[in-house]
Amino acid sequence: MSDTLLGRISDTLWRNPRLLIVALLAPPVAWLGIIYLGSLFALLAQSFFSIDEFSGLINYEFTLKTYGELFKAYNLDIIVRTVTMALAVTIGAAIIGFPVAYFAARYARGPWKALFYLGVMLPLWSSYLVKVYSWKLILAKEGILNWLFETLHLSRLLNAYLSLPIVGGNSLSVSTTGTFLVFLYVWLPFMILPIQASLERVPHSMLEASGDLGATPVQAFRTVLLPLAFPGIIAGSIFTFSLTLGDYIIPQIVGSSRRFIGQAVYQYQGTAGNIPLAAAFAVVPIIIMGLYLWWAKRKGAFDAL
Amino acid sequence: MTVAVKFSGVSRHFGKVRAVDNVDLDIAEGEFFAMLGPSGSGKTTCLRLIAGFERPTAGTIEVFGQNMGDVPPYKREINTVFQDYALFPHLNVIDNVAYGLMIAGQSKSVRQKAADDALEMVALGGYGLRKPSELSGGQRQRVALARAIINKPKVLLLDEPLGALDLKLREQMQEELKVLQKQLGITFVFVTHDQGEALSMADRVAVFNEGGIAQIATPHELYLHPQTPFVADFVGSSNVLPAPFVKKIVGASYPASLRPEAIQISSQGHAGVVRSVNFLGSATRLSVQLDAVTLTVLCPLSDSVPNIGETIYLSWESADMHVMEGVNV
Repeated sequence: MSDTLLGRISDTLWRNPRLLIVALLAPPVAWLGIIYLGSLFALLAQSFFSIDEFSGLINYEFTLKTYGELFKAYNLDIIVRTVTMALAVTIGAAIIGFPVAYFAARYARGPWKALFYLGVMLPLWSSYLVKVYSWKLILAKEGILNWLFETLHLSRLLNAYLSLPIVGGNSLSVSTTGTFLVFLYVWLPFMILPIQASLERVPHSMLEASGDLGATPVQAFRTVLLPLAFPGIIAGSIFTFSLTLGDYIIPQIVGSSRRFIGQAVYQYQGTAGNIPLAAAFAVVPIIIMGLYLWWAKRKGAFDAL
Repeated sequence: MTVAVKFSGVSRHFGKVRAVDNVDLDIAEGEFFAMLGPSGSGKTTCLRLIAGFERPTAGTIEVFGQNMGDVPPYKREINTVFQDYALFPHLNVIDNVAYGLMIAGQSKSVRQKAADDALEMVALGGYGLRKPSELSGGQRQRVALARAIINKPKVLLLDEPLGALDLKLREQMQEELKVLQKQLGITFVFVTHDQGEALSMADRVAVFNEGGIAQIATPHELYLHPQTPFVADFVGSSNVLPAPFVKKIVGASYPASLRPEAIQISSQGHAGVVRSVNFLGSATRLSVQLDAVTLTVLCPLSDSVPNIGETIYLSWESADMHVMEGVNV
C-alpha cells in the first residue's frame, strides 16, 4: 500500500494522529476565525464609531455615543417590543411544541414517526417568503380566517379583539398578533425537534417509576418529565428566541408599522446610512442571547450535555 | 393466611398476542414469591398488572381484598424495583430515595431522616449526594431498592433486579434481599428467568410458560416433583423421559422426569454411548445417548470420567423417576 502517494499519506496520518486533526480542523477554523468572527468584530468596531449629523459621514473615533442613542425612548421601545415578541413566540412555541414532541417521542412508531418528521419538516422545505405571504393572505381582511369568523358569527369577537391596543389593528394581517402567529408558525419546527430529541432519551420506565412512587400524572410531569426535557426546551428556545430577535422580514410583511430590531438595523444601514447605529442595534440581540444562555446555564440546562 | 395478591382468570392480550392468558394466582401476605419463566412467558406482564402499568383484558386482580380494576398505579400501595432501576438522573441519591415522600408532601427534615435510614439499610450510607450516574450497577440497584421500600408498600415488586449484576454481586444481593424481606415483613413478588435464583430465594415459585402458569410450588417440591416436561426441563434441567420409554420400565404411559444427579454409572443397566463431556468443577456433566433418548448425567468429582464415544451402563432408583400423570401424551 505504502508505495502509492495516497498510501504514503494515510500511513503518515496514521503515525501522526495530530496531523490528521489539524488537517480536518484547519478549513472550518479558518472559516470561523476569518470570515465569521472577523465580520462580527468588524461589526462590533463599527458600533463604537459615530455619525456626523450634518455631513452624514462616519466619524472614526472611539465613542459610546452611538450606544447612548439606543437608550432614547423610541429606540428603547423597539428593543422592548422585540424582546417581548421573542419571549411570547418562545413560550407559545414551547406550549404548542411540547405535546407534539411528546406524542412523537412516546407513541409514534414506524409510518407515524415518518409522518411526524414529514409534517414538522415539510414547512422548512418551502421558501420562507412564500410562507409569510401565504400567511398574509390567510390573515387578511378578505382572508380565510376572517371568513371563518364570519361564518361562525364570531366577527364581533374578532373585532373586539382587534380593537385592543398593542395586540390589535385594522385586520389580523396588520396587527402585532398577526406577526406573532407567523413567527410562531415559522419557528415552531425549531422548538419541536430538540424537545422531541430530549424526550426520546427519557425511558418510559422513568414515568412509571414516578407513578409507582405515588406521583399523579401532573406531579410526574412536573417533577420528572419537565426537568428531563428542560435541556431540549432550552435548546429549542435558543432557536426561536434568537431567530425572532433577528428577523426583519416577517414584521415587514405581516404586522403593524411599529418596528422590530431587525427592521431598525435594515433601515439604519440602508436608507438612513447610519452604519454605527445599525451595528449598535445588531449588538443588542447578541447581548440578550448572552444573558439568556448565562441564565440557562445557571438553571442547569446544559448539565445533561 | 391473608391473601396479598389474588388473580382470578386474569388475561392480558396485546392484539393477537396472549401475553397473559387466564391466570389464577394467590400470593400470601409476607411471602417471598418468585415468578419464573423464559422471556416472553408472561411473568413481567403479570408484575406490571399488579403494579397497574397494564390493565387486564379480562379477569380481576385483588390486593388485600380490594379490587384493583380502576385503581391507577399512583394510588396503589405497591412499589416496584425496575429492571433498569429507573433512577431519576436529575436527582441525587437522597432525592431519588425520598421521591415518594416528597410526592406525599413530607417535610424536608422527615425526608432526609427517612432517606438516610433507608440508605443505611441497603449499606449505602454516605452516598446521598451523588448522582445516579456516579454509582456502580450494584449501588444503583440498592438505591432503587431503598427508593421502593421508603413508602412502606404492602407489596414490593422486583423485576429481574439482579439481572444486570455480575455473579458474585448477584449472590450477595440474593442473601441481602432475603434478609431484608424477613426484616420488613413485606410481601415480595420477584420476577426472574434464573431458576437457581428463584429456587434459592423464594418461599414459593410460579413457573410461567406461554402466558400461563405451568406449576406453583415450593422450590423443593418444584425440583423434586415437576408436573410437566417444561417445568422439569426449565427448573431442574431434569431429563424428561418420553412416555414409550417410561412404559417399558414402569408400565405407565406418561412422560417422567429424572434428575441428572440421580443417575449412576454402573456395571449394568441401560447401555448408552457418551456424546459429550463437560467439566463443571464440582461435577462432570455427561450427555449419554440411549437409543432414542439422550440423558444428562452428573458424575461426581470422585468418579472416573468416561471418554467420548465410550459405551457405559446407567442405572437409577425407580423412585427417582417421577411420572407426570397430569400430562396428556
